Amino acid sequence: MNSLLKALVLTTAIVFPGAAMAKSVTLTTEMKNYRGPGAYLVMYVTDANGTYQGTLWMAGSKSKYYKHLPGWFRATGGDLAQVSGITGASVGAGRSLQLSFDLSDALFDAGYNLHIDSSVEDGRDIANEIVVPLTSANAGNPVSGRRYVESFIFQ
Amino acid sequence: MLRALHKYAGLLATVLILILALSGTALSIIPAWEKLQTPVQSESDLNVAELAARIAANYPAVEQIKRAPSSRITAYYFAGGEPGSVLIDPATGKGIANYEPSPTVQWLTSLHRSLLLDDAGRLTAAAGALAMLALSISGLFLLARRMGGWRQFFARTRGPLAGRLHVEIGRFSAAGLILASSTAVFMALNTFEVLPQENTTPPFPTEVSGEMGVSPNAIPVLAEIPVSQLRELTFPYANDPSDVFTIRTDHGEGYIDQGTGELLAWQAPGSWQQLNETIYMLHTGRGAWALGLVLGLMVAGAPVLIFSGAILWWAARRSRPRLPRGAAPSKADTVILVGSEGGSTWGFAGTTQTALMAAGHSVHVAPMSRFTPAKYTQAKQIIVLAATYGDGTAPASAKGFLERLAALETPPSARLAVLGFGDSQFPAYCAFAREVVRQASENGWELLVPFASVNRQSPQDFASWGRTLGLALGHKLELAHEPAQPRTHRLTLVSRRDYGQEVQAPTSILRFAIPRTSLIARLGGRSWRQFEAGDLLGVLPKGSNVARLYSLASGSRDGFIEICVKKHAHGLCSSQLTDLAVGDTIEAFQRPNPHFRPANSQKPVILIGAGTGVGPLVGFARANTRQRPMHLYFGIRHTKSDLFYGEELPKWKDEGRLSAVNIACSRVDERTYVQDLLRRDAAMIGDLIEEGAQILVCGGREMAAGVAGALQDILAPRGLCPAQLKGQGRYAEDVY
Repeated sequence: MNSLLKALVLTTAIVFPGAAMAKSVTLTTEMKNYRGPGAYLVMYVTDANGTYQGTLWMAGSKSKYYKHLPGWFRATGGDLAQVSGITGASVGAGRSLQLSFDLSDALFDAGYNLHIDSSVEDGRDIANEIVVPLTSANAGNPVSGRRYVESFIFQ
Repeated sequence: MLRALHKYAGLLATVLILILALSGTALSIIPAWEKLQTPVQSESDLNVAELAARIAANYPAVEQIKRAPSSRITAYYFAGGEPGSVLIDPATGKGIANYEPSPTVQWLTSLHRSLLLDDAGRLTAAAGALAMLALSISGLFLLARRMGGWRQFFARTRGPLAGRLHVEIGRFSAAGLILASSTAVFMALNTFEVLPQENTTPPFPTEVSGEMGVSPNAIPVLAEIPVSQLRELTFPYANDPSDVFTIRTDHGEGYIDQGTGELLAWQAPGSWQQLNETIYMLHTGRGAWALGLVLGLMVAGAPVLIFSGAILWWAARRSRPRLPRGAAPSKADTVILVGSEGGSTWGFAGTTQTALMAAGHSVHVAPMSRFTPAKYTQAKQIIVLAATYGDGTAPASAKGFLERLAALETPPSARLAVLGFGDSQFPAYCAFAREVVRQASENGWELLVPFASVNRQSPQDFASWGRTLGLALGHKLELAHEPAQPRTHRLTLVSRRDYGQEVQAPTSILRFAIPRTSLIARLGGRSWRQFEAGDLLGVLPKGSNVARLYSLASGSRDGFIEICVKKHAHGLCSSQLTDLAVGDTIEAFQRPNPHFRPANSQKPVILIGAGTGVGPLVGFARANTRQRPMHLYFGIRHTKSDLFYGEELPKWKDEGRLSAVNIACSRVDERTYVQDLLRRDAAMIGDLIEEGAQILVCGGREMAAGVAGALQDILAPRGLCPAQLKGQGRYAEDVY
């Protein structure tokens, strides 16, 4: 489990040395045309018990707003080390965010869930905007979000 | 330094500040608008538990309840797979209308804080706020300097419209602009996390009961919180036993178990957080709508300040001439030192330099602050042209001059000529130039010509000093300087009345037609503008390009241009004017003179004039259709000869345009002067002045001095003095 956490935290373009295989996964998040400024999004993984494992990406650069990503904030206590080096800009309404990771095979079909929390200024903070089980079967199937995310797909 | 900061910050940030100020003003209305839109909460003791229960009854899928500082309550719910938000009437818990944040307000907000450009825009906007702060503070100090100290900060302003507007609006807006820009800078520093950040959220409880389903009105903690303190109540996610109620109020933030209704954690905001919130409130007016409106109104002054400031800057820039290339300090036989604040004195220096160079001198021109007598080895004369700033301090380009002069052990061998520039309406007229002369004579520095002064950039004063200087230098010197030579119009004489031949003072009242101008000329700003009695008519006589100024005895509403001209024995302009026949033309321009006219009120006015000086005064009486009390004191030689306007004066008295006409004749057996009449009426004059009367004096210098002396004596027993009235703008002189 420890190795998995490392794999998650190291994320981009790094093949976890111990793992037998890793594959390139592209995550595409399309935002709805909600009215308002750019949304903060955070992508993180929990295990089958719902226990936080690690963060993949934080879209939004000002850490003082991270408390508005409720699920992630509760899981991590707002620990900035969890997102160090893996933050980017917030995502505007109607825009899409595409990210590529080399993820260990061990992550798939093992009960792990990928979560996205979202928050827009003056709007509702959304925990679990998206919750999608990381299974081979789900790859390539778009999922729609609860409020700000039009669709999410990983493949 | 202060002036340069003010100027460059203003020029650089012009567009930025315009955007920020206009959007800020528009946004300032929002809190008050929201307040108006929000239903008044009738139950003052309504608590959060009850409110949440009411809303939950109407919206079972409610996720979050928010209360804005305007007391507007919004509920967010999630039903049928669709999120919704609705404005709530707290009395019923029912929705009033669907809530959509206004796109206009969002756009304005985004424009205001980030110019629609995200972080780069935020930094730019923050720089704009910083510039505004620098401008406001430097502006305050400059203003205090200009008014002659902080005590006179709110004294009456004088001068051209752009300058007055800049001062008046600046005084009104300064506090608001400083508050808005300093809070903006603070908020920007906070946004970019330059300031320390404080965690305001309590740690999430590690254990919850795992039960679900407590109704909000069964939670004792919520029942203790009045709705007025509520900020946000977030319901637990449906079917998630690990989740909790999250409550945020004015006094802190906490978690409540969704099974037991117990308070699991609570954190009160630290003092830093409270400071943050106060600053946010001060800047946005959210939670203080009245303050928001006032702030918005003050900030609305910023565009006016920007434009009037730009006009002032441009005018100062344009009036600064390109000086001819002068000689090195060690080579020049003549050194001209300039003490200028706004830049206009440099124009006079340029004219002096050109004329002296044409007469064969080698001239070095420098600001007074660069006074280095040791270098002036060849100098025969040193000419100081000095303006005065505020209450008599050195103007910007003369800093340190007096100190350096005082420190000289022996005065320079070159002789000194000092010409002061100022406005005789100010109490400290040419005070700095006089101080230079005083210091020079204390040092034993020999004067080339006596001290002279130029009142309100008068070309005549300047030309006359030039002749004196020429005499002393042993050659002819004509100094023709008209600052920013105005465009002249051709005026046609329509009638004339002649007086005074019998007393060897031929004088004429000349009436010209107002020139018609084409639409194109009017659009281009080249038309004959509106004018009032007391404004000045500049006449360019044939054979000279030095304009002579005459006070206007009519306003544009009278439909003609009238002046009163006395023929001087060798006067070029007055001879030409008094020789005009009906139908002849002159070249003339107008110059506003807003200091010299009755203030806008119904308070009494005391008009004192002698000879042709009665011109503007009768103009005031002619325009006095509202029968404001006006007392005229008019000094002439003899009623049979030079009683100008003798036909109109009794008529105007009957019509109430003049309350009293007092005439003093100096060429009769019992000779009297206006000041004698003032002393005769001392009691009444004193009473009028105590009532708030304004005094307007027009005529020769001697008469004006006599009048000032008489008024001094009249006012002294009442604890008043003419200087005091001048300071309040209630005593104005137009003297020649």
